[in-house]
Amino acid sequence: MIELTIDGTKVRAAPGTTVLEAAREMGIVIPTLCYYPGLSSYGECRVCLVEMVKGRGRSSLEASCALPVEQGQVILTSSAKVKKARRVVVELLLASCPSSKTLQCMASNMGINQVRFKIKPRECILCGRCVRYCKEQMRSGGIGFTGRGTARRVTTAFGHTPEECRNCGGCQWICPVCERACTADSLVNGLCGGCQNLAHVETCEICTGCSESVGAHGHTVY
Amino acid sequence: MRIDASKVDRIVDAYGCHRDSLISILQDVQAECSYLPEDALKRVAKRLKLPLIQVYGVATFFKAFSLQPRGEHMVRVCLGTACHVRGAPAVLDEVRRQLDVEPGETTEDSRFTLETVNCLGACALGPLVVVDSEYQGQITPGKVKRVLKQYMNDGRGK
Repeated sequence: MIELTIDGTKVRAAPGTTVLEAAREMGIVIPTLCYYPGLSSYGECRVCLVEMVKGRGRSSLEASCALPVEQGQVILTSSAKVKKARRVVVELLLASCPSSKTLQCMASNMGINQVRFKIKPRECILCGRCVRYCKEQMRSGGIGFTGRGTARRVTTAFGHTPEECRNCGGCQWICPVCERACTADSLVNGLCGGCQNLAHVETCEICTGCSESVGAHGHTVY
Repeated sequence: MRIDASKVDRIVDAYGCHRDSLISILQDVQAECSYLPEDALKRVAKRLKLPLIQVYGVATFFKAFSLQPRGEHMVRVCLGTACHVRGAPAVLDEVRRQLDVEPGETTEDSRFTLETVNCLGACALGPLVVVDSEYQGQITPGKVKRVLKQYMNDGRGK
């Protein structure tokens, strides 16, 4: 077993597990988007950033879903640096996909009150969940990434329905954008704000009495 | 241009029908028929037992591969910093006017395909135009016509 420290608590984790898994085992909430249990780690969305303390006042931000546990690691999951970085990441993702309820909820939980980037909706955040689901769970490989840079898209080859596709619909089911569309009528500063304004703020059930505002949705229970 | 399956098979077999050689195989297929036809990609995917999307993904990722038919001659105009300050935009305008195509397009008679590149690593020769694999250095808008004419008149290839 490997011993590491997450948020000041000593944790033992099996070799080969990731920091994210070790943290969730402890009940620490780390938001994720491209990570999905049962699929390989991809480390694309950077929502699950954590701070890895390296000593002598230095630290680095790492994607916890793709960070293997190591002996003596010191991890901070909710330091100011982490929170700030995550907020920027979610803002960037929202700028490319404001209609995703998953993203809007995440933004409201993080207390984001505006998107400072130019909004260019393209209904995909390139998290690759559908691609990995198709390849790893369905053993099919009908969809994949094409192009590069700003032209990168998830498509089928030549735009045809591929032979491998079994019409399982898994790619839509697992997509954080298709799955639930945000039903807000209008976006203000790229945010719906709908749920956030309507629901009253409450403390979450997990950490009763922490008295910290956790937004409209409370802590997500994984 | 159509490519028959046996040609693709020969290329695939030359690389031992190995997935790791996908890029090399695609390069050879492209050398054979100047671009990557849909049928050829399907054949490659089938032979290598890869999903078509993976082959397609590689083919669209690299700028060196083209899924559109290309002309007999590739005209690459360098727009890198060194060429730019020495007047490459004017050269590009002249090439565009002479061939009557935009960058990335092929002339109607499929003789020329025009492309822009960001640096060819021969900055001392700038402004630089490369036709097929021949470097034409210190090009001015006035020289463009003469250079292109060599390739217009020589029938097939050089």
